[in-house]
Amino acid sequence: MQTRGHPNRLGIRGWVAGGRWGFERYLYTLHRLTGLGLLAYFAMHIFVTSARALGPESWDRAMDVVSGPLFAVGEYLVFAAFAFHAVNGVRLALIELGYAVGRPIEPVYPYATSVGRQRRLARAVVMIAAVIALWGGLDFFVLT
Amino acid sequence: MRDRTLWTWHVGAGMVILVLLGLHMAIMHLDATLGIFGTEGAEPVEWESVVARAQSLFFTVTYVLLLGAALYHGIYGLRNILFELNPGAGLRKAINVGLALVGVALFAFGTWAALAAPGAATMGGG
Repeated sequence: MQTRGHPNRLGIRGWVAGGRWGFERYLYTLHRLTGLGLLAYFAMHIFVTSARALGPESWDRAMDVVSGPLFAVGEYLVFAAFAFHAVNGVRLALIELGYAVGRPIEPVYPYATSVGRQRRLARAVVMIAAVIALWGGLDFFVLT
Repeated sequence: MRDRTLWTWHVGAGMVILVLLGLHMAIMHLDATLGIFGTEGAEPVEWESVVARAQSLFFTVTYVLLLGAALYHGIYGLRNILFELNPGAGLRKAINVGLALVGVALFAFGTWAALAAPGAATMGGG
């Protein structure tokens, strides 16, 4: 996109090393990385599960290919990425719609910023995503 | 289309995915603790369970809906990332056309796979 006045000089490097950034900026980086990972998995997933169209033998063969401990760990990573991307996505949608950023107030000392309001939500996102990822880990590896 | 419109669809698709992929993940991966839509004794990925879901109109419809929403959301997200790196006008056009073609092709293929499954709840199958 043509940005007026402020070109994106840092490029991909800006995802991790752009200066003194807040916590939310790293959630942004993680949201992108998990998003790209989920998209790559999803494209593969469409092909692997399309084996269902050709009947049970084809399905079982496809499931045999993607079995084993390596795929189990990979699948779990996809689950964890989903947990983070979903919960952080809810945060982004809430902020997009103007929730959880606080009311506009007079700029009177000591200044309150919306960052202070958002930080609690960001912490909650990490905690909820961690709980879902742990729950998934329990189901993936312990209760099978 | 204007970027604002595409972005609104991106957020909307995200909400659809939140519900449907949440359900998908719960069924496939939280089966040991939740056990929703589990067939008796069979793992959610076993053929028996796959057929049981394919025969339900709910799953057939939501598979295609999830496929479309997730493809749009993912590909628009990728486009956002690529466009942020300031590609030239020609490259931007190529990205738009390329991603749209990939998206439509994957949607067509995935829809075929969902509807062609033996016993799928469709007019042709069943």
